[in-house]
Amino acid sequence: MNPFGNPFATLTELADSLRSKQCSSVELTRFYLDRIERLDAAYNSFITVTADRALAQAEVADARLRNGTAHALTGLPIAHKDIFCTKNVRTTCGSRMLDNFVAPYDATAVARLDAAGVVTLGKTNMDEFAMGSSCETSYYGCTRNPWDVERVPGGSSGGSAAAIAAGLAPAATGTDTGGSIRQPAAFSGVCGLKPTYGCVSRFGMIAFASSLDQGGPLARTVDDLALLLDTMAGFDPRDSTSAVDGHAGHAARTLHDAKPRTIGVPREYFQLLTDPALAASFDAARRTLERAGHRFVDVSLPHTAAAVPTYYVVASAEASTNLARYDGVRYGHRCESPKDLTDLYERTRSEGFGREVKRRILTGTYALSIGYFDAYYLKAQRVRRLIRDDFVKAFETVDALFAPTAPSVAFPAGQISDPVEMYQQDVFTVPASLAGVPALALPCGFHQGLPVGMQFIGPHFSESALLALGADYQRATDWHRRTPAGLE
Amino acid sequence: MTILDRDIDKLCTLARLALDDDERARARDDLARIVGMIDALANVATDSVEPLAHPLDATQRMRRDDVTETIDRDAFQKVAPAVRDGLYLVPRVVQ
Repeated sequence: MNPFGNPFATLTELADSLRSKQCSSVELTRFYLDRIERLDAAYNSFITVTADRALAQAEVADARLRNGTAHALTGLPIAHKDIFCTKNVRTTCGSRMLDNFVAPYDATAVARLDAAGVVTLGKTNMDEFAMGSSCETSYYGCTRNPWDVERVPGGSSGGSAAAIAAGLAPAATGTDTGGSIRQPAAFSGVCGLKPTYGCVSRFGMIAFASSLDQGGPLARTVDDLALLLDTMAGFDPRDSTSAVDGHAGHAARTLHDAKPRTIGVPREYFQLLTDPALAASFDAARRTLERAGHRFVDVSLPHTAAAVPTYYVVASAEASTNLARYDGVRYGHRCESPKDLTDLYERTRSEGFGREVKRRILTGTYALSIGYFDAYYLKAQRVRRLIRDDFVKAFETVDALFAPTAPSVAFPAGQISDPVEMYQQDVFTVPASLAGVPALALPCGFHQGLPVGMQFIGPHFSESALLALGADYQRATDWHRRTPAGLE
Repeated sequence: MTILDRDIDKLCTLARLALDDDERARARDDLARIVGMIDALANVATDSVEPLAHPLDATQRMRRDDVTETIDRDAFQKVAPAVRDGLYLVPRVVQ
């Protein structure tokens, strides 16, 4: 089948279509823009669609494809999570606070993809300031899961995951602070990579928790993730925590390096798996990998249960500091007729931020306040070291870890109102975030018609090896090829 | 852990947030639940464990003291709520 016209074609397939002149980038871009216009009312996966800009980029890409200056991604349309600044395009971060914010510059990750000739279809919906695991905290309304519109797509990069699952874009960018790429990938049946901390530049990526935030790709296949990562990643002098010797940029070329790996099964993760119905999918995935020559061993990450409380102290503390910048003076929302400076700050922030953001700011302010700083913030940083060291020790004997991505399949919108219950959604994703190690999320089955996701976690800067392992799994399975009914 | 109204009031002052009575009551209950969860950290032994601020233990990179960026004030002030003559406007601070 000609990939052009198939909304679920991969970037790799679409790149072949462009190069063999089965379609042009302008035709491909129009195809996705048309689908977004016709179908996205049901999913609300986009906050802003950038049709004119996309078509202009596509024309330039077609010229590059004709004149021989094309990159592997030239002419392929993708979407950006609305946390990435896009020059002269509204960048809201899912918040009323930035409803009127038109970014004056591009994030480095966006600039690198633009330079490669990627076409930007638009900006995707997300939990407000990336604080959420369901997309329900967005000022622009919840994104719906294409597998069941009564359910959430996961969060915070839920718009990116849902857009791919619904065939509205073949790939998208996301960010992951405590699971915000991986958990929506799992809930929506797509692939997502959280790279090593420092791998993808944070410049122009609106800050939530600066010691955890990491940008990365979501796509239909592991092969496509590799193509995107190779372009997005790399040292950036504008990000003070950018890794100088990070990702080498060769992941797409080493996907067939499927040498047998020793894979650790962290027993604490499987003890915390509350839904036993999901275990069948993980058992089957394990058998598939064993047949491919990989070996499994039990390992222990003893501080796993402390990861969620540690994360909610560290991330909230950093968020309360980062979000102090929203004061109604330089950009963003400003309240009407402030009577004095304090009134300007307080009303601007109270009107501009939603409930979950205020909750995290208050939690972080509490953890950083006099009398609690040692007991909470410093304590959490000490436990963070223990969690990181658990991973370092495990990677002395195994090449990668195998784990569930989320404790359940996608849950119904409105089901979880208790914040602490919602935070438990992150139980399998926050440990890797705290340790700064890369983690690859990919589909591995279905339960009651909804996708089940697993993740491979590896040592710092082992992205290429993780992607090769994931590609090996996807050559033996077709879970990533399944699509929601009625969307062809 | 009990969180009192006056605790919320103090946090709101520090964080420059103004909550109405309903929001304050919800914030008090939510924070009590969250603090109850993070109190579990007290059970983890961390004697002689150094705090970890950066997951790769990296230190701040230095660069040469060269001018590498220019500021386009007009472009940046286009998104400001209120400016005049290149200055950001705020309510009068000194009477």
